[in-house]
Amino acid sequence: MTVLAVRQDGPGTTTVPGPRRRLLGLVIALVVLVVLLVLSVMIGSTSIPPSVVWDALVHSSTGIDQVAVQDYRLPRTIVGLVVGVALGLSGALIQALTRNPLADPGILGVHAGASFAVTVAVGLLGVSDVQGYMWFAFAGALVVTLMVLALGSTRQGSSPVVMVLAGVCVGAVLGGAREALQLTDPDAFDAMRSWNAGSIGGRPLEVVWPILPFLAVALVLAFVVAGPLNAMALGDELAVSHGVSLARTRVLAIIALTLLAGGATAIAGPIAFVGLMVPHVARWIAGPHQRWIFAYSVLLAPGLLLVSDILGRVVLRPGEIPVGVVTAFVGAPVLIALVRRKKASGL
Amino acid sequence: MSSDVDFGRPMLVLRRRRIAVRLERRSVVVCAVLVLALAGLAVLALMTGSYSLGPGEVLSALTGRETGLMHDIVVEWRLPRVTAALVFGAALGVSGAVFQSMLRNPLADPGIIGFSQGAYTGALIVILVVNGSYGQLAGGALLGGMVTALAVYVLAYRRGVQGFRLIVVGIGVSAMLGSLNTWLILKADLDQAMAAATWGAGSLNGTSWDQVIIGGICVLVLLPAAGMLSRPMRQMELGDDAAAALGVRVPAARLGLVVVGVALTATVTAAAGPIAFISLVAPQIARRLARTAGITLAPAALVGALLCLAADYIAQHVAPTPLPVGIVTVVLGGGYLGWLLFTEARRRL
Amino acid sequence: MTTPTRLQVESATIGYDKRVISRDLSVAIPDESFTVIVGPNACGKSTLLRGLSRLLRPSAGQVVLDGADINSFRTKEVARRVGLLPQTSIAPDGITVADLVARGRYPYHGFMRQWTADDERAVRNAMDAAAVTGLSSRLVDELSGGQRQRVWVAMALAQHTDILLLDEPTTFLDITHQIELLELFTDLNQAGRTLVAVLHDLNHAARFGTHLIAMKDGRIVAEGTPEKIVTAELVEEVFGLRCLVVADPVAGTPHVVPLGRDRSR
Repeated sequence: MTVLAVRQDGPGTTTVPGPRRRLLGLVIALVVLVVLLVLSVMIGSTSIPPSVVWDALVHSSTGIDQVAVQDYRLPRTIVGLVVGVALGLSGALIQALTRNPLADPGILGVHAGASFAVTVAVGLLGVSDVQGYMWFAFAGALVVTLMVLALGSTRQGSSPVVMVLAGVCVGAVLGGAREALQLTDPDAFDAMRSWNAGSIGGRPLEVVWPILPFLAVALVLAFVVAGPLNAMALGDELAVSHGVSLARTRVLAIIALTLLAGGATAIAGPIAFVGLMVPHVARWIAGPHQRWIFAYSVLLAPGLLLVSDILGRVVLRPGEIPVGVVTAFVGAPVLIALVRRKKASGL
Repeated sequence: MSSDVDFGRPMLVLRRRRIAVRLERRSVVVCAVLVLALAGLAVLALMTGSYSLGPGEVLSALTGRETGLMHDIVVEWRLPRVTAALVFGAALGVSGAVFQSMLRNPLADPGIIGFSQGAYTGALIVILVVNGSYGQLAGGALLGGMVTALAVYVLAYRRGVQGFRLIVVGIGVSAMLGSLNTWLILKADLDQAMAAATWGAGSLNGTSWDQVIIGGICVLVLLPAAGMLSRPMRQMELGDDAAAALGVRVPAARLGLVVVGVALTATVTAAAGPIAFISLVAPQIARRLARTAGITLAPAALVGALLCLAADYIAQHVAPTPLPVGIVTVVLGGGYLGWLLFTEARRRL
Repeated sequence: MTTPTRLQVESATIGYDKRVISRDLSVAIPDESFTVIVGPNACGKSTLLRGLSRLLRPSAGQVVLDGADINSFRTKEVARRVGLLPQTSIAPDGITVADLVARGRYPYHGFMRQWTADDERAVRNAMDAAAVTGLSSRLVDELSGGQRQRVWVAMALAQHTDILLLDEPTTFLDITHQIELLELFTDLNQAGRTLVAVLHDLNHAARFGTHLIAMKDGRIVAEGTPEKIVTAELVEEVFGLRCLVVADPVAGTPHVVPLGRDRSR
């Protein structure tokens, strides 16, 4: 029952579950994720029964529902899975790296950087394939990450609020510049409008494959730096005295972060708040161990994204709400609740 | 008359029967120079256009010695726009100064409490749902911004409003509305989306005397209110406890500052759409020019007016195609952030 | 025992939100005393001080200033009678010493009356008294911790109040600056001001204070002159520390020497 107790008390409690319970929790999270994957294929503008889904997966039959599954639902679910993993892990990474519980690649402007770069590539330079514009997404994400880290750290170390403000300002400038571009040539940018809302629907799998290797590399990197980041949670000086190379850890973490946030944005457009919420839930369950937080984030984030996406499909049926809008409406109240809690005020 | 106390800066002391004020000489000089620069730029803006005029012609038109076409060009066509840039720029500068001082943060501005995104949401709903006139658009924006700001204030309230909570709650609500706005634009057809985007960029195109007069009256009422609040505001820079001990009613003063700051931005937004980043940048430039301790309102107002006028001049006459002024100010914001990055990096070396 | 008092707490309940720190608390600050409030961490010392300075409003009972409820005064009127040096204060970027001290004159200012001859005199006297006149043109950011604290004291002095409340004024200072500051307080007290300070160091309290208030768990355990109340029994009761009380070899005031672990068996 320790797990339950930790969940109720929230972070800061001393009761941290042992490895066995953490592993059990991980298995449960995996099962939930699989269930959500199935639901995501089944639920939509029309509900498709599991038998038909199975039929479509196993045989290449040509019924209308089977085609819907093969051509739309399944790619969408896979995109959700991949993007969710990237978003959750990037959130956990950026929170660990900045020691800022309010950090999120969306709030800190990293997504805005990536999406601005993609807008420039697609709208101005005429780049049309993923292999081309994903590099812009990575570059945009990297530049903004470095900017925000530099702006957000003061002489006394980094301040969560200053960093968040810096991110919001950078995001606002890039958003304004993006709109300026759109005004100069509306037709060229018309296609970007739906991408800018952040959605996992209507993205062909061909968009995912070129980015997948980069995400895999980032995943490995994240788990490599998890240990050093654990030590850095106690402060840079203590980490150095524990034998951690600060520069190496930071560089690797920033590379991983850039690939994850840039990749997710290149596929789905900017989706905020998943990276904020999931690591908090992961911390409640797993306690302050980065490797476990990362593992839980990897499993919980796609779940959250798929639930949000299913909600977006169901609420205005037959219309759809892009998943980015749903996550913002779920996530913003979480952020507000976090900051209204007593502990957060003392940050 | 100077002062016996050494303030480390030259001071001007003015004492007449009921008046006793102390001003930093540098601030006074900077303000005077800014006023001159404003006057010069205003005349230049009145001279420039598809029909070029000389400074003498502008001046004689302003003083009423011209009639007919010359009078129409200067007084009826160009002057409202120049006046709007001056008045609204000053309002934005003061509004930013109020928020940065109150939140003790050079990156804060009224957008922080969700005003801009809320106003945009209001405007979008008017455009998409009722396809309203410009007046309805302004009303919708005003309502949206005010409701959002109020909601943020209430959500951040817990035994008083603390700067940190206000900032983070504002960011959350802004992000929520921002994604709603993106979706609303997505639902719109291209023409509506373009109309919304043009409004959303903030523009002084087609500003008429009616808009300027209504907006100007609001600003003229609000600026003295900001002036009255500036003394408690400066005390609050010492920390809430110190200010309270010195006789400032901190919660009331903070509420007053929020109301005045939001109202100033709201006036500008209703008249011209959200002109971004002047409120962020102007107080910081003013502070560095005047080298004052903390943030002072008068230089911030003048720098805001100068920035807005200059940005509108660039948008109208220098850019290859006429742009909304808000797009030029976005570039300004980018420049400011870059500069902040540069100085911060240098300070750490 | 009827010592005259201008500032007292009458059966007040003080706390934050619903968390009550002190219930039914009554205490009087003797006029022209240097009163020091002592007690372990989280005993309600600072809360009492915040109550005395009307930063915290009692949920029951009242704080009485000059015979009337402190909350019935206009806040600027209180600020002309009671000054406070808060635990945390912020110096705006780029402010000079004289400018900061001058901000202590706020309670006397009006919209167009911000720098009268009185203001000028008060600022000059305050800087002289706190010995920061030589620093007046310097930037506050560039000062050492001890100098900076003296500047804040000067600001509180410029406020020109008969009663001055000091919330842990010596914390974060090295020993030399602590003593220097405490001696400054003694001078101010002997010049006729009533001082109320929260101090952590019991020996400093006993040596410099003229009246001590010992608190524990939000209650007042003892009050009186240091000679009367600083005893081994009281220290053990309030701080849970076994100790020996000797006479300070210099000042003759009570001096607390902890017994430590070995001797306490």
